[in-house]
Parts: sequence; C-alpha cells; structure tokens
Amino acid sequence: MRIREMASIVDAEIIQGVFEDGELAGGYTSDLLSDVMAHAKTGEALITIQAHKNTVAVASLIGAPAIVVCNGRPVPEDMVEAARDEGIAIVRTGLSQYEVSGRLWKALRG
Amino acid sequence: MTTVPISATSSPGVVLEMLYSMRVKDAMTGGVVTASPATSLHEVQALMREHAITGVPIVDEGRLVGIVAIGDIIEALDARTTDARAMDRPAREAMTASVVTLDDEMPLSLAVTYFDRYKFGRFPVLDSSGRLAGIITASDILRRLLIALNEEIVRMEQRMAGRQRAAEGPVPAVELSFGTAPLDFTRAGNVSARFKKALVERGCPPAIARKVAVASYELELNQVIHSKGGVMILRVFNDTIEVIAQDEGPGIADVDQAMQEGYSTANEWVRSLGFGAGMGLPNVKRVSDEFSIQSELGKGTTVRAVIRWSKD
Repeated sequence: MRIREMASIVDAEIIQGVFEDGELAGGYTSDLLSDVMAHAKTGEALITIQAHKNTVAVASLIGAPAIVVCNGRPVPEDMVEAARDEGIAIVRTGLSQYEVSGRLWKALRG
Repeated sequence: MTTVPISATSSPGVVLEMLYSMRVKDAMTGGVVTASPATSLHEVQALMREHAITGVPIVDEGRLVGIVAIGDIIEALDARTTDARAMDRPAREAMTASVVTLDDEMPLSLAVTYFDRYKFGRFPVLDSSGRLAGIITASDILRRLLIALNEEIVRMEQRMAGRQRAAEGPVPAVELSFGTAPLDFTRAGNVSARFKKALVERGCPPAIARKVAVASYELELNQVIHSKGGVMILRVFNDTIEVIAQDEGPGIADVDQAMQEGYSTANEWVRSLGFGAGMGLPNVKRVSDEFSIQSELGKGTTVRAVIRWSKD
C-alpha cells in the first residue's frame, strides 16, 4: 500500500504533499515519542495525535515516511515545513487512532 | 500599550537560550493585588492608585474570573454623565471575563510571544492547579533578563578561563559537537538529525545509524527537558561510534530510579507534547553496546553510549 492510497483509506486530507509515494511497511500507533523511537519500524506510518515539529524529527530519525494526524488536530505551519524538508508526508483525518489503525490493519493484513 | 523589545525568534543565541531556559514563574511578580467580583469599581480604582498598578485581577475563591484594566475604570468614569452610580457597580459587571493567561511552567519565550501577539500590558499567571500565582509585565521580563545576562557573562568568562582539553585515547575519525538549550523544543532533535546525516553520508548501515539516532535523540531531549543546557558529542572510531551527552546540571538525584522504565520527573506541559514517558535512558541503554552514566547533584550528568559497527 502506498501513502496516497493509505490516506484515502483513512479519509485523510494530504497536508504535506511533497514526498515520494512509496510502499508502507505498516503503521505504528502511539502518542509517546520515546515509545515510537523504541518500537516503530522503518517504513511504517506514524499514527498519532502529536501534531508538532518534534513528531517530524522522530519520524525522520526512525525512517517513518508518513505521519497520520488523527482526530482532526490542527497541524502547525512549522511542522509542515519541517516535514517538507524531510520529504515526510503529513495526512490528517477526523478519525481516531483506533479507527485509523483498524482500517489500515484490515487493508494490509485482513 | 507596552511591548517587549525582544524577539523570541531572532535574538542572539545567548538571549534566546535564556528565554527558553527560564520559566514564566522566574520572572513574574507574586503576591498580586486582587479584588473579588463584588468589589466596587470605586474600590478597584483606589487599589490601582494605592499600588500604582494599571490592572487588577478579579479572583473568586482563588480562581481567576476576570481582570479590570485601567481602561475599564475610565469607561465607568465616563459613564457617570448618564449613570451617576457607574463607579458603584461591582467589578464583575465591568471586568473582561475572557482573560489570556500564561502557565507558570511555560518558557519565558512564550511570554514574549504573547506580548507581541496580544498587545496586552500584563498577563495573569496560573499555577498547575489553575490558581492565580502571579502577574507578568514586559518590565518583569526585562528585569529578569538583565539579571540572567549578568550571570551568563560571568559563566562565559569562567568557561573561557577553563577551556583546556585533555587529549587522551585514540583520535576519532569524525568528531562533531553541538550545544543544546533548555526547553527549546523548536530545535530539539536537530543535533540527532545532524549526527544521523553525518553517519549516513559516510556509508553507515541504516540499522546502525538508527541506533545512534535513537540514543542521541533521547539524550538530546533529556538535556532539553531536564538540564540547564549541555553539549552533545558524536565520535566515530574504526570499530565503534560514541555518543556523549554532557550537561551543566542540575544532576540526577537517584540514577537507578532514572534508569527504570516509566520513571519520569517531567511536568504536565512537557508530557502533553508526547515527552517525559520515562523511556529515554532505558531506550538509550537498549540500543547501546556499552552504556555508562555519571551524575552529581548540582554539577551535572554525563552519559556515554557506544554502538559497535557490527557486521550483521
């Protein structure tokens, strides 16, 4: 599943669209950045409500190609800029982390 | 209205670091003159005159419910031409009820941003339980900054006097070092990103670069969240990569406790950003082949994480 396809499955709008639309290895759902650092695998989309610049830093360090911002949280401009610099996609949905994780699980493994 | 002649984004590094490292509570004035919602505007005006202030927070059972500014008093004085009892009205009828407040744990840089954004002369400051802890004006910030600048210059002079490095052990092929500033979340992660880029550019396998990135990010964030600032060093040798995080205090009271997963002293504000889960040091240890930590209260903490260039 590619990033743009994933965005449509979770009813997300693409907030930061400068990225290479590569295959996702899966997803990792967490709002604790240290937990993401410890357990997310390279190539997984990061599913979170932490919409700020530091989320991009973590995504970049662990090699997450996309961030799914849940519950329609506002995405600050400096986060968008940082993600553009790193080529990381930001998509935003009104769905919860639970709903997003469920849909992606079903699409990838179900 | 009063503005702060300091920018929270484009001032010199030293000033910015101060604005990030100090909290609102370090600069605010405590013991604020307040009035109750039932206090008459007459009495509020008397309080302003007596204490030479231009705004009085209105407090109900410790909770801030509004603020009466000098403009509100002037309006009431004007209104007396049509309503003789305008100044007898209670504060609750004249106050601004939707008050922009600051939290006492927020970095001072945020206060500067607020003065710039809202053009108010003062902001009430609330503590973690939502009670009025003080009030902050632009001159409070200036006064505090002058004191801090003085202290920093003394420290810089001491640092320059003591800057002599002992050269021992093997010489690394690459050595990078960057400073970190307390509570500077806008730049947090930059050091780790530079370390990772430097390694990737030198052909480091992604799995190893990731381990170094995890270790350096956690250590960098620890410095940003908990320390008075410090330095992050990356040293690349033939068979190992070393990340050293050295800060200037305050030191860790109980290192064994700090190494336990889930133990954290981060405040609520830091936690709301997704930090302070108490996983930092355990994460560093997990990705490291060698790990050591030394900490002394009042002095500072040094963490050394070594990652091997393994072939797997």
